Amino acid sequence: MTVYDVIKALDAEEIYIADDGREITSGYAGDFLSHVMGRAPADCAWFTIMNNVNVCAVATLADIALIVLCEGVQPDDNLLAKVKIQGFNVISTKLDIYNAVVAFDRALR
Amino acid sequence: MSESIHLVFNVDGNNFASAGTASEEVKSKLKMIGISSADIRRVAIAMYEGEINMVIHAGGGEAIVDIFLDRIEILLADHGKGIEDIEQAMQPGWSTAPDDIRALGFGAGMGLPNMKKYTDEFRIDSTVGVGTNVYMTIKFN
Ligand SMILES: Nc1ncnc2c1ncn2[C@@H]1O[C@H](COP(=O)(O)OP(=O)(O)OP(=O)(O)O)[C@@H](O)[C@H]1O
Ligand SMILES: [Mg+2]
Repeated sequence: MTVYDVIKALDAEEIYIADDGREITSGYAGDFLSHVMGRAPADCAWFTIMNNVNVCAVATLADIALIVLCEGVQPDDNLLAKVKIQGFNVISTKLDIYNAVVAFDRALR
Repeated sequence: MSESIHLVFNVDGNNFASAGTASEEVKSKLKMIGISSADIRRVAIAMYEGEINMVIHAGGGEAIVDIFLDRIEILLADHGKGIEDIEQAMQPGWSTAPDDIRALGFGAGMGLPNMKKYTDEFRIDSTVGVGTNVYMTIKFN
């Protein structure tokens, strides 16, 4: 499944898309950054409501493929600037984390 | 490559937005010299956890990195408040991060455990009131 497929499955807003063909093989949901670093697998979609600049550093360093901001959360200005510079995939969905993950999992299967 | 690559980074303790810069530079360096993505990921995560700890808990510091053919050695050195009880600090879930830092997503108390998990050698030397040195070695597979 690709970033493009996730956008369609969640009917998500594209915040910044660097590579909509990037392959996604799994998911991770959580807001504590060290939990993400310790547990999120490489090439996953990360579901979170955290929207500060450190989210981009974590996602980049942990080889995460896509950040999914849930509950309609938008990136703050620093995060938006950084994902544009780094070239990272970020989308936003109105769904809460549970329902976003359910829709994602259906599409992944 | 018989000699090592030696890199030194100043980690700014007052700038959250730039935290992670040193780890990102090391990551791209390792990519350039052809280290596997699985090994790079371990290095990047362990180093970022240490880098962000210096920003949050120690007012910044220095990262000294030596890349060899078969491994990377990282020293994170700061002159912050030090760690009183290292064994306690290593416990998953132990954190002294204040509320404003927790609001950013830090403070799970998982940084040091992650560093131990992703490295092959891990050691902390710390003196209260003097500072903290974290030594990490990651072997390339
Ligand atoms: N460089 C340092 N200087 C002083 N104290 C430190 C340093 N690094 C860690 N500590 C202490 O050890 C505790 C545990 O660190 P650890 O990285 O595991 O968790 P955290 O930084 O509080 O939260 P997280 O890493 O999950 O965001 C910290 O809360 C802090 O009290
Ligand atoms: Mg930490």
